[in-house]
Amino acid sequence: MTDLTRLTAVQTAAAIAARDTTATEVAQAHLDRIAKVDGQLHAFLHVDAEGALETARRVDAGEITGPLAGVPLALKDVIVQKGVPTTVGSRILEGWRPPYDATVVERLKAAGVVILGKTNMDEFAMGSSTEHSAYGPTHNPWDLDRIPGGSGGGSSAAVASFESPLAIGTDTGGSIRQPAAVTGTVGVKPTYGGVSRYGLVAFSSSLDQAGPCARTVLDAALLHEVIAGHDPRDSTSIPAPVPPVVEAARQADISGMTIGVVKELSGEGYQPGVEQRFAEAVETLTGLGAKVVEVSCPHFAYALPAYYLIAPSEASSNLARFDSVRYGLRVGDDGERGLEEVMSLTRAQGFGAEVKRRIILGTYALSSGYYDAYYGQAQKVRSLITRDFTEAFAMADVLVSPAAPTVAFPLGEKLSDPLAMYRQDLATIPSNLYGGPAMSLPCGLADGLPVGLQIMAPTMRDELLYRVGAAFEAAMPAPVPPLDWEA
Amino acid sequence: MSEITRDEVAHLARLSRLALDDDELGRLAGELDVILGAVAKIGEVSDAEGVTPMTHAVPLENVMRPDVVMPSLPRDDVLAAAPAAEDGRFRVPRILDEEQ
Repeated sequence: MTDLTRLTAVQTAAAIAARDTTATEVAQAHLDRIAKVDGQLHAFLHVDAEGALETARRVDAGEITGPLAGVPLALKDVIVQKGVPTTVGSRILEGWRPPYDATVVERLKAAGVVILGKTNMDEFAMGSSTEHSAYGPTHNPWDLDRIPGGSGGGSSAAVASFESPLAIGTDTGGSIRQPAAVTGTVGVKPTYGGVSRYGLVAFSSSLDQAGPCARTVLDAALLHEVIAGHDPRDSTSIPAPVPPVVEAARQADISGMTIGVVKELSGEGYQPGVEQRFAEAVETLTGLGAKVVEVSCPHFAYALPAYYLIAPSEASSNLARFDSVRYGLRVGDDGERGLEEVMSLTRAQGFGAEVKRRIILGTYALSSGYYDAYYGQAQKVRSLITRDFTEAFAMADVLVSPAAPTVAFPLGEKLSDPLAMYRQDLATIPSNLYGGPAMSLPCGLADGLPVGLQIMAPTMRDELLYRVGAAFEAAMPAPVPPLDWEA
Repeated sequence: MSEITRDEVAHLARLSRLALDDDELGRLAGELDVILGAVAKIGEVSDAEGVTPMTHAVPLENVMRPDVVMPSLPRDDVLAAAPAAEDGRFRVPRILDEEQ
């Protein structure tokens, strides 16, 4: 009997459609696997066995069909699912059960995707290691003593360890792509506005974007197609057709394309092993018939500081909604204390150190006297970074770089040094500021740990990522983790 | 730019409705200094003058919808998720001081 957890999403859906197996058997196999290994990984914050088996039953009854019907998926705990606990990795929402489904969840349900549960993350998606989760870190399946990336480390670890073939992540500064890079999986941040943010707990609204995580490029494309598309409930949702991502992943031909290597996304801060694998990846792309050119994006050097002003500023405003009144935690309501005191006590107890750090930083950057020098200047630099992208895309169809500057680092290594943690996002942040789509996919190992190749494309040209990614993957299949820690 | 004092952090914490203790204020003052030192690099960008600030990645303007009543969430479902409810409403701590 085939191990159902080892199949890709495409193979799983085909096996169910051909009645070689059932959605129920597939769901049960993944629930069993989670029960077996998640004690060591801690990828999940909540497993919804009942809900998963109910969806599987409906697929088996023929009530829902489609290219991903019956395929299991792990949902990052930043996206609300009706009746299922949603914590965003924070104590402030512990025990909250949302009264509605996010648009992404509605679409997954309509497609018959089997949602296994909610995955661990850095609190409010602020971090690069899951160590800022209020519920403890997730462990990297390649080495349990190392980080799985963040903020979506739970989603990437679940996919890498065969707990689920698919997952949903969200990416504000790299939270889909950096975890994909360090776990040897595929992760895509779609064009901003390509996937609805309705029901996504907001961190930085002008940057947040949900996207697919998978073990293959084609699987990611199928998931992308299910969740993307215009949604009137998100006013920043783009009213245009979804780019032909599945077709592009099947095409997988890059002959005649021009690929730009971004000069500024290398050198200081990038590990030699990562740079070596990246250089080889560029050679592979050349061998596949692409023309490779070097491009310069001089303002990318300022992307990190611009991001760490813009994102905390938006966060300090967005997180004002956690007011101890409408949902979540309330602390110190003894009948004596007033509303503001209860609110301040609740927020102090409910938010963790990194979230408080960013709220204070954002409040500072937005305060009068500093606004122009910090937030205002950061927004101007955002324009200049976008101009750099536009000029680079006049010379190349897509741009490439390493997705993360290092391989997975040991748990605890950067926890007391916020700036070192922030630098994990060096290569991923520019695409968030610009709004264009970007993918990370595996390009080999350095010191036995996965390295990610990042592909960046112009806005609403998401299909280019899949075309290049699928061609690369065919030439260089993803490494499989040894999982030698399994009992 | 220069050092952030503990008093400044305390002010920012009050604005943010965060009841931070002395330890946290002291630690945050130090951390904020380091982080602001790093992000202040943004001031070096010399060609930013006259550039239009970018607020959003998608240049959508005036997104409209028909002015019709849409269903909202059932009140009981929303109140069930609230920390405290009474008589079909959110129950909040007192909002005025005794003397007011």
